[in-house]
Amino acid sequence: MLISEREQLRANIERRVIDFGNNRSALIPVIQEVQQKYGHVSEYVMQVLADVLHIHPVEVYGVASFYSFIGHKPKGRFIIRLCRTLPCEMKGKERVARQLENDLGIHFGETTDDGNFTLEWANCLGMCDQGPALLVNERIYTQVTPQSVHDILEECREVFGVHTTLQEKEMSCELPTSAK
Amino acid sequence: MRTSDVSKMTFSSVEPGAGLRQALKMASEEIIDLIAESGLKGRGGAGFPTDIKWKLAADSDDELKYVVCNADEGEPGTFKDRFILSHFADLIFDGMTIGARAIGATKGIIYLRGEYTYLRAFLTDLIAQRRAGNLLGKNILKTEGFNFDIEIRMGAGAYVCGEETALIESLEGQRGEPRNRPPFPVNTGFMGHPTIVNNVETFTWVPCIVTKGAPWFHDIGTEKSTGLKLFSVSGDCGKHGVFEFPMGITLKELLEEVDGSHAKAVQAGGASGRCIPAAEFDRNICFEDIPTGGSIIVIGPDRDMLNVAENFMEFFVDESCGQCTPCREGNAKLLEGIHLLQNGRCSMQYLRELHSLGESIQLTSKCGLGQSSPNAFLSIIDNFKDEIMGRIQP
Ligand SMILES: Cc1cc2nc3c(=O)[nH]c(=O)nc-3n(C[C@H](O)[C@H](O)[C@H](O)COP(=O)(O)O)c2cc1C
Ligand code: SF4
Ligand code: FES
Repeated sequence: MLISEREQLRANIERRVIDFGNNRSALIPVIQEVQQKYGHVSEYVMQVLADVLHIHPVEVYGVASFYSFIGHKPKGRFIIRLCRTLPCEMKGKERVARQLENDLGIHFGETTDDGNFTLEWANCLGMCDQGPALLVNERIYTQVTPQSVHDILEECREVFGVHTTLQEKEMSCELPTSAK
Repeated sequence: MRTSDVSKMTFSSVEPGAGLRQALKMASEEIIDLIAESGLKGRGGAGFPTDIKWKLAADSDDELKYVVCNADEGEPGTFKDRFILSHFADLIFDGMTIGARAIGATKGIIYLRGEYTYLRAFLTDLIAQRRAGNLLGKNILKTEGFNFDIEIRMGAGAYVCGEETALIESLEGQRGEPRNRPPFPVNTGFMGHPTIVNNVETFTWVPCIVTKGAPWFHDIGTEKSTGLKLFSVSGDCGKHGVFEFPMGITLKELLEEVDGSHAKAVQAGGASGRCIPAAEFDRNICFEDIPTGGSIIVIGPDRDMLNVAENFMEFFVDESCGQCTPCREGNAKLLEGIHLLQNGRCSMQYLRELHSLGESIQLTSKCGLGQSSPNAFLSIIDNFKDEIMGRIQP
């Protein structure tokens, strides 16, 4: 990262900490914003947060490492999280998992060489009546079949190069009418 | 088939804002008395009387108090809060605002699980609309001196943060590790101020009780578990989705409604609940018999009960915050035991030891996660010994 970029990032973090009340409770919301923007929370970011909040960097690391949706290592642009909990298991998550591994050429916990996809397990995603369910970044897919895995990956590939978290696209699940 | 009939639910018959308007004509004590009369108990699982929680917070003379809506819904098999957030969010905000009026709070926080980030923009818009309509903000609905606003905070993929003290730790920018209780959040909550933490569904029933009256709610259900409840139904049944039933319904009746009468067992209450065998389907779902936050997982005749136990135990090993030894080490030991059973290598003597280890974990863990993590496995040992012992490896 260029020095100017670092300074920019530091200034942004300082501003957001103030926006969130300028105390320790700002820590997680700011970490989440960094995570969403950069895909991980680097050592540099942790140091800045520690400086701004007047706490030890290890405190920041302790928090960041506690939560499974926050990571300190870079991951793929698309993080696929397949639900492994019982109702989804009963609806065939194992076959979906196999197909994801086949189509991406990686195992769970790994990232593709091109840095595009990371494959992870998740616990219940709150879609148990429509399993198997998976999240791609923030977007939820339900009633996934081994066959539809391919379509989901293609959808991700289509938006490469475009800045998107897949949020603004139409959702495949039951959602508030006004959010559709 | 997915069958969540939104239009038939009680929540659909209550006009957004109506309950709040009515409550603003009442004094703080009158609101709490009304909730007491209805018998409403927490819908998040533990079933603590809502009026008592609110009264304790109301009695404090701290100037800063908080209303927190627990939308962390992480219990496996539960999705009714997501459903309410999607269809009846206005009623949740009404309930939170009525709660604020009752205890004298000025700030509200909705702690939304990270997995539901896709709902965030929708909820943010709705909050903005409510501000514009004077349902939030200063002098709400022209009520002089009643100021209240709601902000959304996101979880980040930790089940234990649904536990109310861990949730507060997380809001304060800490690791989501449960605290010792007491002190309770009603005394020492967010930033040390009195805080009521209630489940999404609990808040949603409040405007219904205000508009329909406490007797309406109180006359449904059993003596100690009044009113209606939403259930999240999944697994081996004909109909899946969110269903509204009166408290006290028997498992048998419930299974008939969802085309699941052939089930050999029902996991009631998610991973931390108990596994009820078919022989006990005439038992009632209510706080005095089978308590549940609403998760009903129907287990069909062909399912392997050890697989059920294994899946849930993996969940707890993964989600334990690691603070206390019984939960951190004990659950891992139980999981090893399940693997021994799966391989047909567990003696009756060792099974008994596993059982008593499970009981120790229940007794000695610091928070509800560890206290309930052995439930499913223990009830499977108790009810399905014949199925789980003496396995011949595949
Ligand atoms: C491990 C654990 C997870 C919990 N998760 C939730 C949850 O996701 N949602 C919830 O409302 N309550 C959850 N609870 C219960 C809360 O601690 C608390 O009792 C509840 O939010 C109180 O609200 P109520 O009285 O309206 O039910 C959890 C408890 C434990 C021990
Ligand atoms: S019981 Fe488990 S989750 Fe709860 S505090 Fe102890 S280790 Fe953490
Ligand atoms: S079990 Fe997969 S979404 Fe709940």
